[in-house]
Amino acid sequence: MSLPAPTSLKKTPLNARHRTLGARMVEFGGWDMPVEYSGIVDEHMAVRTRAGLFDVSHMGEIEIAGGDALNAVQHITSNDAAKLAVGQIQYSALTTPQGTFVDDVLVYKLADQHFMLVVNASNIIKDFNWITEHIPEQVDAVAVNTSSRYALLALQGPASRDVLQSLTAADLSGLKYYWFTTGEVASVRCTISRTGYTGEDGFEVFVPPASADRVWNAILTAGQSAGVVPAGLGARDTLRLEASMRLYGNDMDETTTVVEADLGWIVGWKKQEFLGQDVLQSQKAEGPRRKLVGFEMLDRAIARHGYDAYIDGARAGTVTSGTQTPFLKKAIGMAYLPTDRSVPGTEFEVEIRGRRAQATVVPMPFYKRQK
Amino acid sequence: MYPADLKYTKDHEWVRIAGAEAQVGITDYAQKQLGDVVYLELPEVGRQIRKGEVFGTIESVKAVSELYAPVSGEVTQVNASLTQKPEAVNKDPHGSWMIALKVSDPGETSDLFDAAKYTELTK
Repeated sequence: MSLPAPTSLKKTPLNARHRTLGARMVEFGGWDMPVEYSGIVDEHMAVRTRAGLFDVSHMGEIEIAGGDALNAVQHITSNDAAKLAVGQIQYSALTTPQGTFVDDVLVYKLADQHFMLVVNASNIIKDFNWITEHIPEQVDAVAVNTSSRYALLALQGPASRDVLQSLTAADLSGLKYYWFTTGEVASVRCTISRTGYTGEDGFEVFVPPASADRVWNAILTAGQSAGVVPAGLGARDTLRLEASMRLYGNDMDETTTVVEADLGWIVGWKKQEFLGQDVLQSQKAEGPRRKLVGFEMLDRAIARHGYDAYIDGARAGTVTSGTQTPFLKKAIGMAYLPTDRSVPGTEFEVEIRGRRAQATVVPMPFYKRQK
Repeated sequence: MYPADLKYTKDHEWVRIAGAEAQVGITDYAQKQLGDVVYLELPEVGRQIRKGEVFGTIESVKAVSELYAPVSGEVTQVNASLTQKPEAVNKDPHGSWMIALKVSDPGETSDLFDAAKYTELTK
């Protein structure tokens, strides 16, 4: 057994709370974060059947405001932000001129001339620099890194609506998926969005950092009888993988395009212009050479990030994510494979510690909740 | 907490020596660090393993770790029921033996920790 050594890291406003709750802490994207409290399997099952509360305050926020804010967002992101109404959210990509990912982001339309991008923790500085460099000078839009103004709590699972509703006067039943509203939660002014990274119904609550502990405790107390538990990044990763949601740095990065990641639905194909549009259009027309697929292991083995995939004995691609999932109880994962070998039912091999194990391409998502 | 009849390694394996036979597993500290164990890969019976050599792999939901032999010897038994139910390692780490070895050099155990020393090490 070899175990990693501790290092010095950034902390969210809830760091002391996690330690009090007995969380096991790990480094993630430069942050000291809870990976698990009672155990990944326990927390994963709690989110699928009841609800779990996650501290995702490490996520970043970058706001873009000004008379040309929409044009600026349209230029730097792949999805069509013109389709957003105030109060609405979309999944999108910050793209390079090559159509690859600077990051994957959620775009919130806060007001007519004011957008907020929620970005990955490890990319905050990179994204902010990228955005300021790629908003043309003549454009009336300014970008501000507002990450330190928000703690972010995610309450996820079938019980989340009733639990959160007991703490707020905001109408959560009327809040549609990928919309947000503002209101008080436990008497703290918050932004509440119906979003998440687990495949379950749920909410993400943007809280002033000084009040994060108060809101966190209020949710856990209100949710106690419903079986709400604190959940860590370990369960967050297994939940998102079961729901086939991509993880930046694993499933896509600056070397993979939006089309290759099979995320054509976050491209505004009819948009006038955005970075990388020409590359993505020609890849869509001609078909990409490789594609991100879902797979299941046929042999008893777990494929993990970075393992090589083989077809007919030749190296054909790479596993980007993989684990044994607690709810489906299967070894699943995602991998880039040649497009002509990306059809469900295609068998391939994964090299695991010098041995080849059989896998088969399956349709995604692996898990879809019953509505 | 740590049974007195076991010896321990700095890599968090335990070994239970009875005459010429040794059973090997991982400690409570190790299972806590790993989290939910979901997969165990163990050697074939008959394999000769040297002290400090990797004899298998243990995987939790989150991580892959190698297992190091606390003593040298020939593998005489592999706990097949544990590979079928690897989560037992979390529930009863010191009762979940993985392999049994026929110890080839009894003198090798002198540098292993006793329970009190190992408890100190994991504080």
